[in-house]
Amino acid sequence: MSERKRLRIVALLCRWCSYAGADLAGVSRTKYASDVLPIKVPCSARMDPQLVIRAFSEGADGVLLAGCHPGDCHYLKGNYKALRRFMLLKKYTSQMGIEDERLRLEWISASEGARYAEVVNEMSARVAKLGPLNWRREIPIET
Amino acid sequence: MKIGVYICHCGTNIAGVVNVKEVTEYASSLPNVAVARDYKYMCSEPGQNLIGDDIRQYGLDGVVVAACSPTMHEPTFQTAVSRAGMNPYMFQMASIREHVSWVTVDPEEATEKAKKLVEAAAARVSLQEPLAKRRIPVRQSVLVVGGGIAGIEAALKCADAGKKVYLVEKEPSIGGHMAMFDKTFPTLDCSQCILTPKMVEVVRNENIELLDYSEVEEISGHVGDFKVSVVRKPRYVDSTKCTGCGICSTKCPGKAPDEFNMGMSKRKAIYIPFPQAVPLKALIDRDSCLYYQKGICKVCAKFCTAGAIDFDQEPDHLSLEVGAVILATGFKPFDARRAREYGYGKYPNVITSLEFERMTSSSGPTGGKLVLKDGREPESVAIIHCVGSRNVNDNLYCSKICCMQSLKHAHLLKEHIPGVTVYDFFIDLRAAGKGYEEFYRRVMGEGTIMIRGRPALITDVPSAPVEKGKLVVVAEDTILSTVQRYPVDMAILSIGLEAGEDAKELARTFTCSRTADGFFLEKHPKLAPVSTPTAGVFIAGACQGPKDIPDSVAQAAAAAAEALAMMGKGYFELEPYVARVTEELCSGCGVCLNLCAYNALEKDPQTGLTKVVEALCQGCGACVAACPSNALDLDGFKTKQVAAELEGILA
Repeated sequence: MSERKRLRIVALLCRWCSYAGADLAGVSRTKYASDVLPIKVPCSARMDPQLVIRAFSEGADGVLLAGCHPGDCHYLKGNYKALRRFMLLKKYTSQMGIEDERLRLEWISASEGARYAEVVNEMSARVAKLGPLNWRREIPIET
Repeated sequence: MKIGVYICHCGTNIAGVVNVKEVTEYASSLPNVAVARDYKYMCSEPGQNLIGDDIRQYGLDGVVVAACSPTMHEPTFQTAVSRAGMNPYMFQMASIREHVSWVTVDPEEATEKAKKLVEAAAARVSLQEPLAKRRIPVRQSVLVVGGGIAGIEAALKCADAGKKVYLVEKEPSIGGHMAMFDKTFPTLDCSQCILTPKMVEVVRNENIELLDYSEVEEISGHVGDFKVSVVRKPRYVDSTKCTGCGICSTKCPGKAPDEFNMGMSKRKAIYIPFPQAVPLKALIDRDSCLYYQKGICKVCAKFCTAGAIDFDQEPDHLSLEVGAVILATGFKPFDARRAREYGYGKYPNVITSLEFERMTSSSGPTGGKLVLKDGREPESVAIIHCVGSRNVNDNLYCSKICCMQSLKHAHLLKEHIPGVTVYDFFIDLRAAGKGYEEFYRRVMGEGTIMIRGRPALITDVPSAPVEKGKLVVVAEDTILSTVQRYPVDMAILSIGLEAGEDAKELARTFTCSRTADGFFLEKHPKLAPVSTPTAGVFIAGACQGPKDIPDSVAQAAAAAAEALAMMGKGYFELEPYVARVTEELCSGCGVCLNLCAYNALEKDPQTGLTKVVEALCQGCGACVAACPSNALDLDGFKTKQVAAELEGILA
């Protein structure tokens, strides 16, 4: 357990759907891994790729991005923009040596509390398998 | 910067798992934190006062409350801090209940996670800036979508309060499913008799503009000022001229299955949907009309003394401006063909509960007679509950109305056909409601045979002479633990309720979410049951979930009250999250311009730089993430603020 505890995964959650989905998981008392830490953002389109890179450079072992299902965006098409940026970002992170499993984009609606828990557990398990991201050790970053 | 951090026990909800003392101690060691306290219930009056007193005493300029989800109590604490003179946007919540104590088994892990979330919130608050909500005026008009009992009720309530109401109904008449019922449970009052006065009131009320046979195409704008475009489908009859005499129908040679009677009878190509229809106007169904199909006939036009027939009528596009929207779009009955084990569609005497309703109605296809397809009266009838409900293959949820509906049908059978044998197959009998249990006892007293068991099969293959020519219901009586065969003449499938056919489209049009089973999702199941996450859009009736008439009416009145409260206030406060441009950094590249879904960004013709139109900005931040020179930022979600939260979490 102590090995697991050192892992840190950041979840950037759209406040309209995925954050509410996480709330629902709580209200339903669905238990899930504790190493995924949520941050609320107004829309998946607000997820600046720079913030993701920053998360990795600050020591995150994984980053989960979650937004509304395609077509259901509170801001009409924000999630499509997020998806496009994600594809590009993914190319960049893989070139940087960050394994595929460490960065994930998911659609989780406000009613999908169980799905939120499932995604978090999966993410936690996959990152645990990879172990800590040794990116930071190789490229020292002033904090 | 002086920050106060407050950790809530929430009784044992948080403190039962998270070591609150440890989190408080940790918080007090964080940079800029002047005071950290824990308290049993932060949201209580003394809890709120605690924060207020500290703000004054320590001169705090930032507050973090670690408690439930911000969805729950953020407004409570924002009000509390502003009462003490602090800007409400210098406040941040850490959700250590929904996101920590309720979802984590190990207390040590939970405490660690709570610490991280508190640290993140404190780091964020130290970079937050005072903001002010934007006030926007609210138009004194409402759009009600759906003219069933819920929509009618909501429209009447808003109109009675003196507001302009547009009631949009996609069918040619209002009334919805309730108009199809014969009697209502448990009082057995006639459905039409209690509904039609309300339907008539809709057209009589001068504040209501009924847009029958119309659909919402598009909606734009925002709370307080929605712009709605509605298309009125052509009836091919001029409603202003039609008197509803019905002579056209009697002369019309074209025929089609009557939708109102579930296809059990025929109607004409030009028809009035049902005798009590509102508006009582005829319309032409192009598919069965000889003129449209073959280019000849026009008999209706010949006989219409009012000259109302208009074969060249085009769809009419209307644009409305409203302050609030109430969605009351109802449900779709479960398609009984999907429950293949019961042979609906194969055996003519297996009918649905809705078909039975029409049959018992004196204006229905059999004139109120309960008969088999060959005209005989049934000697024995099976009623099957939960068809399409409460099973993993169709829908997991309970349709809420089918127990009472089935009991009502059992009663009506006994009333219409004395001596008829009625078997009522149920899984659980759910008669929760005023007068419902009493009705259940009454039906049992009338001799209906109640069998606890969900039938496995209906077959017409006899295995004994007594089963010849009968439908055989094969079911396990779970009280006797035996599988039995029940020969009957007729089987009534009590079908469940599903989300409306167009629920998905509607949810997209009005940007509201749906639950996994397709019904509209309320903002909060208990505290905001008729609101949606989209401000100014409310929901009522079965579009939110299966419910009976009393519940639909109550919810409609609640939705009307929400809309009226908003209009009564006259303004709506929008969150202050707006994108801003730092002109010194903007190069005028224009990458952001096409990203805005609300046209809130424009190029300043003088400077060539991007300008934000504040009134249009919804605060999504799509442009901010795209700006290559970091010239754009979002108030309340600035890059440095989110980054601080990140650093706090990862510290």
